[in-house]
Amino acid sequence: MKELVIVSGKGGTGKTSLTAAFSCLAGRHILCDADVDAADLHLLLAPEVVQRHDFMGGGKAVIDPERCNGCGQCRDLCRFEAIDGDFIVDPIACEGCGVCVDLCPAEAIDFPIQKCGEWFVSDTRMGPMVHARLGIAEENSGKLVSCIRREAQRLADEQDLEIIITDGPPGIGCPVIAAIGGATALLLVVEPTVSGLHDMSRLVDLARHFRVPCLLCINKFDLNLEMTQKLEDEARERKMQIVGRVPFDPLITEAMIAARSVIEYQHDSRIAVAVREIWHNIVASPAMNSLGIRIM
Amino acid sequence: MIISVASGKGGTGKTTVATNMAISMKGECTLLDCDVEEPNVHLFLHPLIERSETVTTFIPEVVESRCTWCRKCADICRFRAIAVVGKKVLVFPELCHSCGGCQVVCPEQAIADGSRELGVVEWGTGAGVPVVQGRIRVGEAMAPPLIRKVRAAADSDGTVIIDAPPGTSCPVIAAMRGVDFVLMVTEPTPFGLHDLELAVGAVRLLDIPCGLVINRADMGDDRVRQYARREDLPILMEIPFDRRIAETYSRGGMIVEEMPEWKEKFKSLFRQIEGRVKATPRGRTAQ
Repeated sequence: MKELVIVSGKGGTGKTSLTAAFSCLAGRHILCDADVDAADLHLLLAPEVVQRHDFMGGGKAVIDPERCNGCGQCRDLCRFEAIDGDFIVDPIACEGCGVCVDLCPAEAIDFPIQKCGEWFVSDTRMGPMVHARLGIAEENSGKLVSCIRREAQRLADEQDLEIIITDGPPGIGCPVIAAIGGATALLLVVEPTVSGLHDMSRLVDLARHFRVPCLLCINKFDLNLEMTQKLEDEARERKMQIVGRVPFDPLITEAMIAARSVIEYQHDSRIAVAVREIWHNIVASPAMNSLGIRIM
Repeated sequence: MIISVASGKGGTGKTTVATNMAISMKGECTLLDCDVEEPNVHLFLHPLIERSETVTTFIPEVVESRCTWCRKCADICRFRAIAVVGKKVLVFPELCHSCGGCQVVCPEQAIADGSRELGVVEWGTGAGVPVVQGRIRVGEAMAPPLIRKVRAAADSDGTVIIDAPPGTSCPVIAAMRGVDFVLMVTEPTPFGLHDLELAVGAVRLLDIPCGLVINRADMGDDRVRQYARREDLPILMEIPFDRRIAETYSRGGMIVEEMPEWKEKFKSLFRQIEGRVKATPRGRTAQ
């Protein structure tokens, strides 16, 4: 079983639209939406939820005014400035370390476990999908990403599926680290802009750190051919395989509004043709196919 | 006054709006790049860095000669960042949240101050705008403490514009807490709307006034505008899709410099926000 994780560094480069399109082209696969902060894949795939699970994070401190004697030790101990002068804990600032809970001389602090989100196993017209919704302003996005990737791997094993296609989060922080560790390969979707190049470069450093090979696909390549060239030069220099270019086309937005992937929306469009070629190159790439035997 | 430019969905134009507004208000504001995972402001303003500071966070450093393997440190740690295995204490720096609990409970004072690098904060000036930017160390997971450092570096009396990270979880909260206004940059697409709703949820939770900029305003449908009306969110600016804007952005150019007609629009955007902040009673949001 293999896992392709689609990432970008910079947000809004077309990860989700491409993930949905690949899903139309892939064989027996499972989808995983690991952008748990701002998950969008469900908007294209209309998943029918089969299983719903609460995602429990750590605890948060709650001071019981009845038991509190106002000694102030919790405030002295808290490194997150989460406790105010009236001994009320700000749940957003509370890191959930529990130090105040353990060391309160009056044992006045409770530590209820918080529900930080939900995760789902669903059916879609493309096949099974694991996705999640992190509660607003919550922490633990990395943990939730790990949780749904584990579930996708378990289901793929159980159903003998060949590939997990994971729609990753933007950035290079906690959820991205959780999304790429142990993946077979990353597909970097990058736009030909100075920020696209800059953000890709940091993401490649991160991928190298976690020893995951990277493939590059340039989206909206025709918006700046010179920058496209620069991206491809950088990819060659860093020994990343370039799997293709997608032209700029408002069709992507039209398909999104119609809640379809671009392949379904207009299967013979130039975008669809480009995406098919990219998928072919991904599947045949040495990174995804370490045996080196081309899949027929 | 502090304005945070945020979005929910990535790639909607936060940096474009933040940098162009800052340049239009040159001399009146400082720009903070709080998208520490992928800071982009410097690609547009090219600040000359005058000062740079490495930001570290506490992690335990075990003084083995003092340790009696009592496990109190491991027991208090909710993040499993410290473990006692036989007569050995293992520290997992990347799991540590720097709460200091292990140090407080150690009866032998066997835990010294160690440190983990979070990233750097840099100060400079670019295109006449004072800039403070954070850049997380590649491989570091925890952005919020670094974002708070960037925030703390700003002069609290002056006007500050913050370029926030995408999403709706803790890094964005760190870039929005305690500000006077959140400017949401969105696009009128289903993804844009969905992520906007989540981001507005976060802003409402923090109880901060909020307004919208709709970018690529003519590429999509009308649902974002309907949502804005329903939620009583003012649309303060619309930027149409224009290949010239896209190309200017792609090579790191500034819209207000290459298409000067935009300068007044960005100034007016700023003035509208200022008017709204003045009309809102201060001190309603907890710092």
